[in-house]
Amino acid sequence: MSSLPLLGQPGLDATFAWLPDGPRSAGQYLADIAALQALLETAAPTGGWLLNLCQDRYRFAVGFAAGLLAGKTSLQPASQSPETLRRLQADYPGLLCLCDSDFDSLDLPRLDFPAQLALQEDDQRAAVNPENPPKMPLIPAGRVAAILFTSGSTGHPQAHAKTWGKLLANGRAEAERLGLLQQAHAIVGTVPVQHSYGFESTFLMAMAAGGSFWAGKPFFPQDIAAALAVVPQPRLLVTTPFHLSALLSAEVALPPVDLLLSATAPLSGDLARCAEAVCQAPLFEIYGSTESGQLASRRTTEGDAWQLLPGIRLTQTGDVTTASGGHVEGEVPLGDLIELAGDGSFTLVGRHADLVNIAGKRTSLAYLNHQITAIAGVADAAFFLPDEAGPDGITRLAAFVVAPGMDRRQLLAALRQRIDAIFLPRPLVFVDALPRNSTGKLPRSALQALFEERLAHGSH
Amino acid sequence: MSEANAPQTVDALLPEVAELIVSALNLDMYPAEIAADAPLFGDANDGLGLDSIDVLEIALVVSKRYGFQLKSDNEDNIRIFSSLRALAAHIASQRTK
Repeated sequence: MSSLPLLGQPGLDATFAWLPDGPRSAGQYLADIAALQALLETAAPTGGWLLNLCQDRYRFAVGFAAGLLAGKTSLQPASQSPETLRRLQADYPGLLCLCDSDFDSLDLPRLDFPAQLALQEDDQRAAVNPENPPKMPLIPAGRVAAILFTSGSTGHPQAHAKTWGKLLANGRAEAERLGLLQQAHAIVGTVPVQHSYGFESTFLMAMAAGGSFWAGKPFFPQDIAAALAVVPQPRLLVTTPFHLSALLSAEVALPPVDLLLSATAPLSGDLARCAEAVCQAPLFEIYGSTESGQLASRRTTEGDAWQLLPGIRLTQTGDVTTASGGHVEGEVPLGDLIELAGDGSFTLVGRHADLVNIAGKRTSLAYLNHQITAIAGVADAAFFLPDEAGPDGITRLAAFVVAPGMDRRQLLAALRQRIDAIFLPRPLVFVDALPRNSTGKLPRSALQALFEERLAHGSH
Repeated sequence: MSEANAPQTVDALLPEVAELIVSALNLDMYPAEIAADAPLFGDANDGLGLDSIDVLEIALVVSKRYGFQLKSDNEDNIRIFSSLRALAAHIASQRTK
């Protein structure tokens, strides 16, 4: 089977990452990988799984590659809730957590990212000896390098295995579409590196296209401006509609940005036009999913239609659209309702009813309902997604629950153990019974009526 | 900039900041129900349990109303958002309007 180099960097001197204390070259990256690999190979347990919880993008990148070379596959769950950690622990025996913060990893085996790998510059220089440069590691293309998870519908996280060859091909296809193969950009991402969009558009794109990334994850508008100012032009800002909207509303002074990228939820034309006018740079959106990887892009100001990335095919049976080809692993049914145009482009016309996307985080109502009804003391419960307030606003979930003997505080505490805080219900409404029909089904219209009644006769 | 504001300055800000939080986040409660010293974020059972989306929403309304930007790097955000009182104290020390 063919093998592919870890890095597409033009040379070992090329910058791979920008840290607060200065740039890290591709060569220094390889030296850091080798140092961490040695630690991972001796750290207990020696199983084949690495839960890389590093918040710093560079440390994640070192952990990911060192794990690969030490025979560990990167596990990248959709949430880091205690319930998720327990599931992973049970399903992936011998799992080791790699942490760079005081994140509570429960009692899971843990390795804290060593400070000296990244900080002792003298060691770094010694490690990248020009007489004896580090060798570029080769990774078999068919090797499963990462498993990304979606929340699934049964309460069990659903695993999506990604081979090294397909991951690199995804990064390369995206870089090609954005023109990054001709000119490497410095990437600043506001999204976590573990989740599919951030993984693909910051880490993988830099690996595949020879670019570089800012190690941090700027959050407040002022942080984004500061991070952009640290890296050289051309700069690519990888963000979401939510962060972009906050950035533009804050009206902070931004250094020049050369390219904007948004994903996780469709952006409105108004926000896209505003972003392009403020930054004087083109804005592209990426369409994809954890299951399929990235599939298409569009320049939002030029229209609603999406153009497929190289090699990707979409086919339809009924209202289900399936993606295949290119870097897609097998055949992947999509959660969105799609209208194919004759020229290979498509438009999104809606999503399958069960799917939920809150500020770019995805799950399903079935999953949430499974989690809430699994709480001891809950007799019956249902989550409800109200109709969206506006194209770029955040709509929150509601939940109706039958739980005599429990109060709001107890129930929310139990839910927090199981689901991401973004999905916690607002409001959480206690009822005597859910409006189930004679077959036990709960029509959305019945929940809609309950929700409207609640709005009309709310607590105030 | 000093954060050593007179306690009464901070106390006077509490109702206004509570109102700002409730309206910005469309919370299902009265501003007066936010306890001044209860945690705003995270898992604490006695707090509001707000999340990172809320932090950004609050940062935005705070910057508009009080004329300064919140930052992660040079400020202790865990402390600033630890309670309504801590947020009001930070606003009192940083506000330009």
